[in-house]
Amino acid sequence: MMSNHGNRITQGQFSYLPDLTDEQISAQIRYALKNKWALGIEYTDDPHPRNTYWEMFGNPMFDLKDPAGILIEINNCRKTFPNYYIRVTAFDSTAGWETPRMSYIVNRPKKEPGFGVARTEGPGRQISYRVHSYATDKPEGERY
Amino acid sequence: MAMVKERSSADRYKAGVIPYKTMGYWEPDYKPKDTDVITMFRITPQPGVDHEEAAAAVAGESSTATWTVVWTDRLTNCDVYRAKAYKSEPVPNTGPGTKTEQQYFAYIAYDLDLFEGGSIANLTASIIGNVFGFKAVKALRLEDMRIPVAYLKTFQGPATGIVVERERLDKFGRPLLGATTKPKLGLSGRNYGRVVYEALKGGLDFVKDDENINSQPFMHWRDRFLYCMEAVNRASAASGEVKGHYLNVTAGTMEDMYERAEFAKSLGSVIIMTDLVIGYTAIQSMAKWARKNDMILHLHRAGNSTYSRQKNHGMNFRVICKWMRMAGVDHIHAGTVVGKLEGDPLMIKGFYDTLRDTHTPQNLETGLFFEQNWASLKKVMPVASGGIHAGQMHQLIHYLGEDVVLQFGGGTIGHPMGIQAGAVANRVALEAMIMARNEGRDYLREGPEILNKAARWCAPLKSALEVWKDITFNYESTDTADFVPTATGSV
Repeated sequence: MMSNHGNRITQGQFSYLPDLTDEQISAQIRYALKNKWALGIEYTDDPHPRNTYWEMFGNPMFDLKDPAGILIEINNCRKTFPNYYIRVTAFDSTAGWETPRMSYIVNRPKKEPGFGVARTEGPGRQISYRVHSYATDKPEGERY
Repeated sequence: MAMVKERSSADRYKAGVIPYKTMGYWEPDYKPKDTDVITMFRITPQPGVDHEEAAAAVAGESSTATWTVVWTDRLTNCDVYRAKAYKSEPVPNTGPGTKTEQQYFAYIAYDLDLFEGGSIANLTASIIGNVFGFKAVKALRLEDMRIPVAYLKTFQGPATGIVVERERLDKFGRPLLGATTKPKLGLSGRNYGRVVYEALKGGLDFVKDDENINSQPFMHWRDRFLYCMEAVNRASAASGEVKGHYLNVTAGTMEDMYERAEFAKSLGSVIIMTDLVIGYTAIQSMAKWARKNDMILHLHRAGNSTYSRQKNHGMNFRVICKWMRMAGVDHIHAGTVVGKLEGDPLMIKGFYDTLRDTHTPQNLETGLFFEQNWASLKKVMPVASGGIHAGQMHQLIHYLGEDVVLQFGGGTIGHPMGIQAGAVANRVALEAMIMARNEGRDYLREGPEILNKAARWCAPLKSALEVWKDITFNYESTDTADFVPTATGSV
């Protein structure tokens, strides 16, 4: 169990708030669409803070402008991967940005064992740190 | 100009002293070239000195002139090297009938060849070199500069920039949260790291050394770096997030700074910091080091208020913002609007736009006198620090936007339930407000209500709102706009 606020991984924009309802997720989708950002759905069972490339649940939906349609895709992903982390990312293609502008978690495993710190002591009191996810001790697909 | 044309060259270069205006530094017909550096100075001439002569003198003293005629000018293509004052106009609400003596805005153009590429030191040696002590002006303030694209392209710019910083940290769509470790001075390395750990684990993204934390008897720098990185890694594991602590590498020599920066790198820190007082060249060197070593470079603006605060003399902070974006820092403290330090909302908007936009149009209301194309130089993340707390979250997001680091030092560490609780309160307030903003709510007006609603399930936020409910810093700003909506003279 994680000992932090809420006992959970706090990546993304809204992890300190109660889990988002479908209505709240839809409101955030509308905000992204209003800004002409494309929404993508990604899932993983390796939530290490440096794991950049979660699996894509299809390409970002550049041409889908209907919030209800996007929510259906999110729910499809949840049904397929109920015990995975799932996040929604909004991609901005405008000059000077060309990067994600939003990212928030919409699904998480029931139990989140979190991470440990492994220390390797070196000369001069120097310590090399490795942040290690307990879940990834098991093979992919069997972690949560 | 007309007078100059009437003089023969032999006449112009006769030994002796002639007015700057007739030496070629006043050219009201001059049309600045796209490649010129343009400056705008606020001039308070000495009594009896004509304002056009004062403007010409400033142009002269910030470029080629000396106090007397020299024949050696004739060995050069001197018309190119002379800066040209081309406009001087009275500042609104100054002069007779106001409480401020008459001031003028003088516009001066400098040829690109006056400056060495990629050197803030060289640029500033001309523009703010000798001229501020010049006797013919009673007071002088550099208000703004237009830097030509051709010159900007000779600078590296921010080592990392907002886009890459966010990608590295994996944090999007909300302001970053920070805090400065308090007390500023006196904590041992072990005690210091405790504050860092608690604040990061509670929910902040960054903790920061203060500007004057370097390597003092109570805590030497290696000790601080080692304990802070223990805190950073523990908090990262506790939250699953990338966390950082700005390790201040400011030191007496470049060699010492490089040594400290290398050590920070070897410990895996994502960010280091330094202070404005180390000087422009040292900042540019650290920016190059940071680019080469994938490090975010935070700059504390220590010292700036000694010359940027008073309205009649010194320089406006927006010029520092421009120079620091060119010099290559990734973060700079740029005001809070609502906190304890100087800052008029419109002026601060001008600073933030200067740091973050790819192109800033002229906007007299926010003090931007020139259109500025930033030539793809990366964006600098402004930092809001000093006397802010969770109860102001709606105002902070309204005034400062989402690409900013909000630093709640006292507002985290001073929380009655402890440092972690203080951090939780700030993070919950932030996320609740961003969610409300995105939902299209009138969050500035409904802010207190949004916070109170979140406080119903978040005890730390409830307690923060209670403790700091009446804390505001409502003092009049000294550095304010000269143009609409309320024009003011200097004090």
